[in-house]
Amino acid sequence: MSLIVKTIARWVVGFIFLYGIYTMVYGHLTPGGGFAGGVILACAYILIMLAYGRGFAFRNLDWRIARALDSVGGILFLTLGVLGMILLMDDGAFFFVNFIQRSLPGEPFHLFNAGTIPIGNLVIGIKVMGAVFVGFALLSMVRVYEFRGERVFESREEEE
Amino acid sequence: MFELLALIIIFMILAGILTIETEDLVSAVVSMGAVGFGLSVCFILLRAPDVALTNIVVEVVVLILLLRGTIRLGEKTVSGHRDLAGLVSGIILVILFLIFGIYAGVEFPRFGEPGFLRFEDSASWYYLREALSRTGAVNAVSAVLLDFRAYDTLGEIIVLFTAVLGSIALLRKKLKRDKEQ
Amino acid sequence: MIIYFLVLILFSVGVYGLLSQKNLLKLIISLSIMESAVNLFLICAGYRQEAEAPIMSLGQSLEVFVGHSVDPFPQAMVITAIVIGLGVLALLITIALRLYHRYGTFDITEIRRLKG
Repeated sequence: MSLIVKTIARWVVGFIFLYGIYTMVYGHLTPGGGFAGGVILACAYILIMLAYGRGFAFRNLDWRIARALDSVGGILFLTLGVLGMILLMDDGAFFFVNFIQRSLPGEPFHLFNAGTIPIGNLVIGIKVMGAVFVGFALLSMVRVYEFRGERVFESREEEE
Repeated sequence: MFELLALIIIFMILAGILTIETEDLVSAVVSMGAVGFGLSVCFILLRAPDVALTNIVVEVVVLILLLRGTIRLGEKTVSGHRDLAGLVSGIILVILFLIFGIYAGVEFPRFGEPGFLRFEDSASWYYLREALSRTGAVNAVSAVLLDFRAYDTLGEIIVLFTAVLGSIALLRKKLKRDKEQ
Repeated sequence: MIIYFLVLILFSVGVYGLLSQKNLLKLIISLSIMESAVNLFLICAGYRQEAEAPIMSLGQSLEVFVGHSVDPFPQAMVITAIVIGLGVLALLITIALRLYHRYGTFDITEIRRLKG
């Protein structure tokens, strides 16, 4: 990629990352939430991969680490649901009860409020970021070409 | 607002027809981006900012995936219709679908009077009234997604996880086995 | 009522593309158009005349908020549907790549003939 694209990408990616985190964390006060924030975070890494090549982006975030983030996000969300059921066993609990709001409620329009909703947003954001990044990294590591008259399907994982 | 909404949907229909009939694949993907962008503007006009934000980010990722993954490798691009029987049956089925759609559309409530206004015990009244007092969240959509209906969010996480798992399983290294055969 | 009819026409444009095209990528794009039409239909069904978004403002009483907001329930479901559509599309592109490796073309009439 040319020098203009690389310079602009290097300046802008910090703002995109910050905007993604803002959309994720303030999901219970303004429009946004975990899904949009997670996809915006993945877009920051995709921008670096498109501007600087695959090797440089994988030094920042390896695709195996992103795959682990994907799985860990799913397990954490399930833990969040079951934990409330275990902690409030004798108090009328159900799956995904908001156990933090029942014990320590905050004030409306504040950041530390609404119990498990900001925690759920963070976990979903991590999971969606890992999933979208793995999906894009896989498609850029695969090549189909002709080699001595037959088609070869190669998936490269090392640097180019 | 009603006229502006109708105009944008007509723009989306024209972009959709252009997407299907064009022969160049890059033009098709760009027109699909136009459909998605018009859809985000429609969501803003229909007072749904959460949905508009999510749609436009997902649309950008879909465009990048389509352009980067597949358009790069088509040396010979195939285009055109199937044989004549497929085309004629497609047109007949679409006309039948529109006729039955008109029959069903007469029974609908009017545009601007949603279903939850008619019934006093609808679920939406409960979500709107109890969102602040029971969950403490100001955004009613986030409260519905993560507190009242968190099970559906868990289902969506499972679907995303399965899609990524399927993608990884399909794109493994097969270099050694191809060379042996 | 015209709005619903226009959304129906958008959906049938997608159906027509699915039934009449030969290229596999055009089929994937038609599926995406159908999904957009269905999401638009769901949000249109929950719109209330002269109402605001379902987010409370500072100092707004509960009666004003409940009397002046659109339906929040279809919006949550459509957010779920949009993200699921993204995952399904990524899997479809992977399958299309595998088919290209196996048969050498994106043409579905050829793929039907070359068995093996």
